[in-house]
Amino acid sequence: MILALQLSHFSAAVTFSLFSSIVFGICFRGNPRDMVRYGAYCFSVFVVGMLVAGWAMRFLHR
Amino acid sequence: MANTDTTTTETPARPTTPPLTVMAALAIAFGWLIPGAGHLAQKKWIRGLLLMVSVCSMFALGLAMNGKVYKPNTGDLLDMLGFVGDVGAGGLYILSRLMEWGDVAIAAATSDYGTKFIVVAGLLNVISVVDAYHIAIGKKP
Repeated sequence: MILALQLSHFSAAVTFSLFSSIVFGICFRGNPRDMVRYGAYCFSVFVVGMLVAGWAMRFLHR
Repeated sequence: MANTDTTTTETPARPTTPPLTVMAALAIAFGWLIPGAGHLAQKKWIRGLLLMVSVCSMFALGLAMNGKVYKPNTGDLLDMLGFVGDVGAGGLYILSRLMEWGDVAIAAATSDYGTKFIVVAGLLNVISVVDAYHIAIGKKP
């Protein structure tokens, strides 16, 4: 394939988190309000976890 | 003297298996072939569209990042697991194999991200198919 989208690690991880959180929110909760809340919760856990893991790896690498 | 003891031992209620209705079967088939279609077939328009956009976008972004689409029977265990994930995307997987998209070697980090996007898109579609089935049998509103 000629097209090659170049995403940074951060933007790829945020995109991944966004779409995964939407699916988790819809599939793991029963009513729309809970879906939105759970989706937002999953997204924040993904992003915060990624940042924590990233900084941990930076310090462990030294 | 007649035995007047009328106590009976009640057998515990056995869990009943949910009936496989036509809609449940269609929700599984449609949902696998076209991401989100299992929900759309049951008139869950917003959920269906969001699932369709999410799964299709992840799959397309994975291909755009030069991600690899796994083939069956390569002999490598990790490739087989990747194939199981990929095939969950159903119609998207079939289309990509027909068009020979994703027939690349993973050479760069971006390509590796793309490969993971494609696998996870398939796995997320499996989750959405199960959700569509639960809606069809009345287990979920």
